[in-house]
Amino acid sequence: MMNFLHRLASPPHFYRISGRLLPWLGALFALLLVAGLVGGLYLAPPDYQQGDSFRIMYVHVPAAWMSLFIYMVMAGAGLIVLVWRIKLAELVAIHSAPIGASFTFLALVTGSIWGKPMWGTWWVWDARLTSELILLFLYLGVIGLYNAIEDKRAAARAVSILALVGVVNIPIIHYSVEWWNTLHQGPTVTRFDKPAIATSMLIPLLLMALAFKVYYLLALLMRLRLALLEREANSRWVAELLAGETR
Amino acid sequence: MSFEEFLHMGGYAPYVWSAYALAAVVLFLNLWLPARRLRVVRMRIRRRLARKEKLS
Repeated sequence: MMNFLHRLASPPHFYRISGRLLPWLGALFALLLVAGLVGGLYLAPPDYQQGDSFRIMYVHVPAAWMSLFIYMVMAGAGLIVLVWRIKLAELVAIHSAPIGASFTFLALVTGSIWGKPMWGTWWVWDARLTSELILLFLYLGVIGLYNAIEDKRAAARAVSILALVGVVNIPIIHYSVEWWNTLHQGPTVTRFDKPAIATSMLIPLLLMALAFKVYYLLALLMRLRLALLEREANSRWVAELLAGETR
Repeated sequence: MSFEEFLHMGGYAPYVWSAYALAAVVLFLNLWLPARRLRVVRMRIRRRLARKEKLS
């Protein structure tokens, strides 16, 4: 197992294995996405209170979940960077940031679009919305800090510290709807008793959540491959890899 | 349910479809931009390798 991990962390192996994985991940993502969209937009009945506007949930909620999930991955990779200084963890941390920022942006804007017909306003400065906005700034801070420091290994360490400090914000986002009075509705799925949502509405939500997870892996692998190729452009394995190709 | 009814989304069409359209754009860009850049980088490396071969 350690041997396998060690080999995976070597650039040529990582590049080859991830290259083989990409089409499968793409196909899996497409399949989950289509199933989730058909279920969410067509099969699920309109909500008895919110009508068809609740269908925004199928992009909004998975995007919001991913914004937290990717942050935790980024901070976890950051911890590995600080403790063991593994190069691959540096790449995972820094290349998760733009994807996480995208999902945070998506959660904020789709939430705003959903808020307008339901609450009568695009935006309120309440706990859930504000803490999610801070999450977006944390992601942008990570990207900006990394680009501002010339020595990339030092930059990765600085970014890891910032990401770890920002972890404080994650439970605040999660529990904000319980700790403070807010316009945002409470959790419907992640409750200890059974979810407060009909099965025909829940299944598409879980499918979309899974689709977004696979998408993250796909987008991350593509960025890691790009980063490896750029970093090791002068190495022999890259020359051997590209020599055998015609186009 | 007819196709028009489906598009109408019970009167919420502008909200629902703009949310989905935005999601589609963001997800697409996040795959397309790195893919395009990867193509460019590979081409650049290949050109440099070809030049080196000619010199030697």
